[in-house]
Amino acid sequence: MANATITRVQPTAAIATSWRALAILLLLAAATALPFGLSGYQTFQITLALAYAIALLGLNMLTGFSGQISLGHGAFYALGAYATAILMDRFDWPYWATLPVAGVVCLIAGFLFGLPALRLEGLYLALATLALAVATPQLLKSKLLEEWTGGVQGISILKPDPPDFLPISADQWLYLFTLAVTALMFLIGWNILRGRVGRALRAIREHPLAAEAMGVNIALYKSLIFGVSAMFTGIAGALGAISVQFVAPDSFDVFLSIRLLVGLVVGGLGSISGALWGALFIEYVPNIADQISKAAPWAIYGIFMIGFMYAMPTGVAGGLRLLAGRLRRWRGSTE
Amino acid sequence: MEGLLHQVLSGLATGSIYASMALALVMIYQATHHLNFAQGEMAMASTYLAWSLIAAGLPYWLAFVLTVGLSFVAGVAIERIVLRPLANAPVLALVIVFIGLLVIFNSVAGWIFTYTIKTFPSPFPPEPLFGGLISSHELGAMGVTLGMLALLYLFFRYTRLGLAMRAAAQNPVSSRLCGVRVGWMLALGWGMAAAIGAVAGMMIAPIVFLDPNMMAGVLLYAFAAALVGGIDNPVGAVVGGFIVGVLENVAGAYLIGTELKLTLALVVIVGVLVVKPSGLFGRVLVSRV
Amino acid sequence: MSALLEVAELRAFYGARPVLHGLSFAVPEGGIATLLGANGAGKTTTLRALCRMLRVEGEVRFDGQRIDGRSTEDIVRLGIAHVPDGRGTFVDLTVEENLRVGAITRRDKGIAGDFERVYGYFPRIKERRRQQAGTLSGGEQQMLAIARALMLQPRLLLLDEPSFGLAPLLVEEIFRIMRQINRQERVAILLVEQNASLALELADEAYLIETGRLVLAGKAAEIAKAESVRRSYLGY
Repeated sequence: MANATITRVQPTAAIATSWRALAILLLLAAATALPFGLSGYQTFQITLALAYAIALLGLNMLTGFSGQISLGHGAFYALGAYATAILMDRFDWPYWATLPVAGVVCLIAGFLFGLPALRLEGLYLALATLALAVATPQLLKSKLLEEWTGGVQGISILKPDPPDFLPISADQWLYLFTLAVTALMFLIGWNILRGRVGRALRAIREHPLAAEAMGVNIALYKSLIFGVSAMFTGIAGALGAISVQFVAPDSFDVFLSIRLLVGLVVGGLGSISGALWGALFIEYVPNIADQISKAAPWAIYGIFMIGFMYAMPTGVAGGLRLLAGRLRRWRGSTE
Repeated sequence: MEGLLHQVLSGLATGSIYASMALALVMIYQATHHLNFAQGEMAMASTYLAWSLIAAGLPYWLAFVLTVGLSFVAGVAIERIVLRPLANAPVLALVIVFIGLLVIFNSVAGWIFTYTIKTFPSPFPPEPLFGGLISSHELGAMGVTLGMLALLYLFFRYTRLGLAMRAAAQNPVSSRLCGVRVGWMLALGWGMAAAIGAVAGMMIAPIVFLDPNMMAGVLLYAFAAALVGGIDNPVGAVVGGFIVGVLENVAGAYLIGTELKLTLALVVIVGVLVVKPSGLFGRVLVSRV
Repeated sequence: MSALLEVAELRAFYGARPVLHGLSFAVPEGGIATLLGANGAGKTTTLRALCRMLRVEGEVRFDGQRIDGRSTEDIVRLGIAHVPDGRGTFVDLTVEENLRVGAITRRDKGIAGDFERVYGYFPRIKERRRQQAGTLSGGEQQMLAIARALMLQPRLLLLDEPSFGLAPLLVEEIFRIMRQINRQERVAILLVEQNASLALELADEAYLIETGRLVLAGKAAEIAKAESVRRSYLGY
């Protein structure tokens, strides 16, 4: 009898995808149940983390997937936040209706900023967006816009009430609302990145000249993606404003943009799930590190940023993928 | 008219500081093609160092010289230890590292020295000169920075080391073939940039007061200045610094008010990048297919 | 004449990819050797390998000492001057500054005098000494590049395609000057050239390289007569 080689059959793509879908559903179910075991403040924190996740997904589309560096996404977060605050406070809009407006406003703003940004490569785009981030608080405080922005004092808004038929607290309702929006945004984002657009973006990131030669309309994609990523971040800002119930210029300084960058790096560039890891990192590190000193969180951010560039350039998501790959190979070799 | 003259003179004074910082940025850019986003925070850290030395009892000029020297060493160390391993890393990785450095310097300064604003002494007498047109510190700051720029010019033009550094920045491959140790030239460039930043910080601190965030606006203006002059042109950086300083003051006083100064910097930066990226004196960049 | 440069089984790699597969050749003290071959044969790579600009294996001896493990900057200090292909001029420095960079590793007092010596070989660039090197013509830049290499007071000159892109008369002039330099300064030359006939006229020894391997070696005069070389490289 000849020696037959037993080959391990890999699960087909379809089966893998349905495992994935199941995992995501389970995750969603667990997430939905989560706030009922947490205090009001803890619920608030995780709501903010979800908002950050949307912002990071937006930033990732721009920087991770298409390689355009933005150090100024905090400005779009601010724009979305202020849009929501102004609509709710000045015009009495319901909170949920402000989200699409915040999204559209940021989409347009991002697209407009992206137009001149087309010509700027890497470093120069980073500089221009950094300038945007540094200038944002001053702009928000200025007399020019004071009428709308409320100047230094900012704008306060009221926490939305949960619908009458649900016996839950306002914090819990806000969390569930944010969770729903997050799931929706991630679905949209995943759809955008997975198909033709995603491939085009990767082509632009890897080798723009070749992409152009192959017919990818670089100019269009670059400004569109700027707009879309701004839209995501703007919606995140809107959610954040609703949660915090307050917008003020100094909360949207350059360090907000840098925090988003940190989340991007730690979570993993070019990874959708990375947005979640990164959001958890930037939301919870200050909590833990604050006990050491006021300055510690930022020192930790800085060290992590540099450290990740050396040791784990693909972030947590990439690290997990590597680990999963190793596990699969190990299992394959021992069977 | 006197008001305008005063604004222009003040603008030249702050402009000289922007010119120094811009020069530091251009030096690093020329040699490495990187923008040192952490330049401002490094200068801030140096200024805090000087403050500590003075608070410990050292006379001003001794503290000044020590700070410049230690900043130089720190700059060399950062290049050799943090940046050398990432020499061939993609742009994004380096941007992230620079931002990481920015954040570390900022937070450590805040941790050691707290965020309360401190006064930083000026070595120049407090009386205003020329009937109030310009303060003696402003004049002194101009003098110090111009003196420093002159020394740098002489160094690069007439010394062997200066020539080696220029060669290494322009054409590292040919420089290696002439025996120049290009890696060390880069480290020296970083050291010098850090030292220049220290001088700039110590000159501007008496004006804007010392706190961990004092250099953010200065850095932005320095970038604007470097772009206006041409990011790869040291002379352009200096000229750009003076232009931007005067522009900031005059526009701030007569056009937009002092509260939108950073927005002005943003407009200048984006404007130059979109309209004439090579600035006044720089070379037009062509990307090879 | 003993060999100034002895190369044995030189292998070179771009990353993991081998590009030279065991070359062995030598340059006699004060002599001229030439590396011939078509585009992409590996001639330029060989010169870069000698200067350790890429990863190498094998033995390279200069004046009896092994240099294959040393850094580029140290190899240069031993007296090997490399004139790269494309000249490698410092375009933003003046002609005179270019020359000064060539001498930058020297600590002796003879540098000032060397300017005149070098201008003596290349009077054309003396006229332009204060001009920016980027404004010089191709031929002048080639002369400047060789002059810069001479400022090192080298014992071995590595020349990469000096005739590239230059008019024939200019090329002849440069080759004539190189012969002069070789005789008067007693500088050995390793010449990489596509212009085989000129190279074979100048050189004492010749080596033919094809895709990273040595296929022919010998006295230049004999190589010039070899049938295969005549057909493929000399055109008759």
